[in-house]
Amino acid sequence: MAMKNALLSRRRFKTGDRVRIADRSSVGHCRTPWYTRGKTGIVTEVLGAFGDPGRLAYHKPGLPPLVLYKVRIPQGELWAKYAGPSNDTLEVDIFEPWLEPV
Amino acid sequence: MTTPKPKSNQRSTSDGRDVHDIGGLAAAAPIDRSEHELNLYEKRVDALMNLLSGPKRNAFKVDALRRVIEGYAEQEYDALPYYDKWIRAIRNLLVEQQVVSKGEIEARIKAVRKELEAEGAEVSARKVPWP
Repeated sequence: MAMKNALLSRRRFKTGDRVRIADRSSVGHCRTPWYTRGKTGIVTEVLGAFGDPGRLAYHKPGLPPLVLYKVRIPQGELWAKYAGPSNDTLEVDIFEPWLEPV
Repeated sequence: MTTPKPKSNQRSTSDGRDVHDIGGLAAAAPIDRSEHELNLYEKRVDALMNLLSGPKRNAFKVDALRRVIEGYAEQEYDALPYYDKWIRAIRNLLVEQQVVSKGEIEARIKAVRKELEAEGAEVSARKVPWP
């Protein structure tokens, strides 16, 4: 609990920040969907710090925990042929190492 | 066991996507959004996962289940129904974590098959490959 609080106080992003999801390939278990990589959105919520799924997947403790953010991305940014309303958005949960400042 | 619904996504392996990461790929037909009540087999697999990954047993985490499933070959991934994906991964992880051995599982399957055949049930001869 203390470790998670310490990590949260050192988090890189806050609600309202514009962020870009890194456009790189992953190795092993990864929670960043392919269709979000390279896209830009806004942080709508800091969800807390959680064990690293990439490590938990291999029976490791998942430490240090990673900060998880809810990111809102316009649907038009994600899909070239999106035909819905222009203010439609998608919210996706992304871990901090996959986010870059814009 | 439910009948698998063949998926119609075209999967390119050259762009680096994992086999499960299909969001955004073209589909030949609209997605089937029909839902169904879980049958007993499905509920049992779900319960087994909850027990094994829970605080008491702590055999492995749900992240490990996902990691194993994401390692299936493309055709396998597409052909296996949801809970079949789970039970196969659970089997592999039990052996990986040395909770039970491969030999113990095979012996148990053999025994159950014999029991069912003695009862007159129709038992598939199909074997699930390792891992």
